[in-house]
Amino acid sequence: MSSTTAMEVNVEARRILAVSISKLYASRTQRGGLRLHRSLLLSLVMRSARDIYHSSRETERPSGAQEESAPEDQPMDTSSNPGELKPQPRPEPQPPVTEDSDHNEEDEYDCENTEDKENLSPLRPSRKRRGKASAAPDFLPSKRARLEPGEERYAAPPGSCRAGAADAFTSLSPNRLIPAF
Amino acid sequence: MGEDTDATPTLNHHGFLPDHNYVTDADIISTVEFNHTGELLATGDKGGRVVIFQREPEGEYNVYSTFQSHEPEFDYLKSLEIEEKINKIRWLPQQNAAHFLLSTNDKTIKLWKVSERDKRPEGYNLKDEEGHIKDISTVTSLQVPVLMPMDLMVEVSPRRVYANAHTYHVNSISVNSDYETYMSADDLRINLWHLDITDRSFNIVDIKPANMEDLTEVITSAEFHPHHCNLFVYSSSKGTLRLCDMREAALCDKHSKLFEEPEDPSARSFFSEIISSVSDVKFSHSGRYLLTRDYLTAKVWDLNMESKPLETYQVHDYLRSKLCSLYENDCIFDKFECAWNGSDSVIMTGAYNNFFRMFDRNTKRDVTLEASRESSKPRAVLKPRRVCAAGGKRRKDDISVDSLDFTKKILHTAWHPNENIIAIAATNNLYIFQDKLNSEMH
Repeated sequence: MSSTTAMEVNVEARRILAVSISKLYASRTQRGGLRLHRSLLLSLVMRSARDIYHSSRETERPSGAQEESAPEDQPMDTSSNPGELKPQPRPEPQPPVTEDSDHNEEDEYDCENTEDKENLSPLRPSRKRRGKASAAPDFLPSKRARLEPGEERYAAPPGSCRAGAADAFTSLSPNRLIPAF
Repeated sequence: MGEDTDATPTLNHHGFLPDHNYVTDADIISTVEFNHTGELLATGDKGGRVVIFQREPEGEYNVYSTFQSHEPEFDYLKSLEIEEKINKIRWLPQQNAAHFLLSTNDKTIKLWKVSERDKRPEGYNLKDEEGHIKDISTVTSLQVPVLMPMDLMVEVSPRRVYANAHTYHVNSISVNSDYETYMSADDLRINLWHLDITDRSFNIVDIKPANMEDLTEVITSAEFHPHHCNLFVYSSSKGTLRLCDMREAALCDKHSKLFEEPEDPSARSFFSEIISSVSDVKFSHSGRYLLTRDYLTAKVWDLNMESKPLETYQVHDYLRSKLCSLYENDCIFDKFECAWNGSDSVIMTGAYNNFFRMFDRNTKRDVTLEASRESSKPRAVLKPRRVCAAGGKRRKDDISVDSLDFTKKILHTAWHPNENIIAIAATNNLYIFQDKLNSEMH
């Protein structure tokens, strides 16, 4: 693949990722609730775009020791797919939203990262970032939320995933789902 | 196929406001269904209303009854609004003078009884003509009330409400050929109901994974076999069809047959998975074939061949290079339905720009027609349309891909069970076309 084509593909993949994220964000306010089918399709497109984005980046930098798992942190965090950290890519995508639980998706994934041990794969590697190649793609802003003056950062309480949907909406912090604007 | 098609006057679904050209969301037709004789045609809309049309002796369809089937609801536990939009209507086969239909929104299915009243009793002893109680002293003799003819009144009443059985959004309902049971399907589960029992249903398919993160596919449509009451099919977002036999097990998670076409690796794109999702599945009247619709094609499958479809029809392949824009404007998520004609020789499905397509399975000819006020005056013959690729050779009256109006989509179509009469829902308008030359099926 020539570098220009890889560049085009890269740009295209980034654009599609951005569009998908904004659609995901918009679907939260849709009347009738989150549509599972639509959310699943969105997550499939995002996964394809992410895979192509990373493979085109690899093509651009053939010598770069690209960690397979670590770069998947960044875009996937915004779309809340923490499960994609296994060394071999899991064939199944994870829809970022579930409908049947009364917990908000962010809190659920928050939980899954820290508390939900049954659902963690035993092969899951450390989420520590390694190397330059895993730097955040530049179209995504920093993960950390801006604090209000006087506010302190604290860890999500263990029971947070069981919070009602209404509570979860008010606790939606900007770093969970970044609109692509 | 060359048949001449007459257009009956377009029927504005809302019926009585011809001056209003704007489309209110609530008027958008969301489902269309003929009953088993074709005498009645029901439509459901986003506002939760059902309108039933009846065929007059002269052949035209006129409004027979209108009623509010579903209202918007609020699920307090999940803080979710439940839309009143009617997702599907299915008629029960007629067993007495009344007609019954099932209508469903995202969560609740209802059984409605539609009956006619054309006589009323007159000559009461205690009440006068206006219904006021008579002065008892004026009653000197006893009379038996007599049934007198009156203006036809169509009464609709809810007979059953099947609620609280679906966590996810209901996409299909299908009445079984045993006329006693029906099924309702949501994204992950299919439930079997007895028509008379509302507080219980049997779960017959459950594809919800133990861990929702492992979710890879959802159920998109389901239907009972037209003759074998133990068989049903359901389609998935991955483009597969599963035929299940209820005699095999109580929970039909294991399919009897799996219909899947191997993916063409050269056609892979970002959107391959979306466009392979099956939006509708219909058994042929014979029960021998299945018709499926995905975003770009319609496929006919033989129940005896699981490895690939029997026939594949390109509905609008010119969109294949435009998938990215269609993704951005959300059109790629549109769920088109498909229909068989009565003799299973022709299939029909909708497209954009108010176009709909018909494919003759025998002659392999196809036609693109348009449902619009401008192009169909009453009694006018529909003119076949053609879409040409951008920059390609253009004939007069051709429309180029770039000028297609993607807001005008025909998602819902229905074909009369016996005759060449079709009902096309174009946003908030219902078009009924009749083939006067070839009225009988052959």
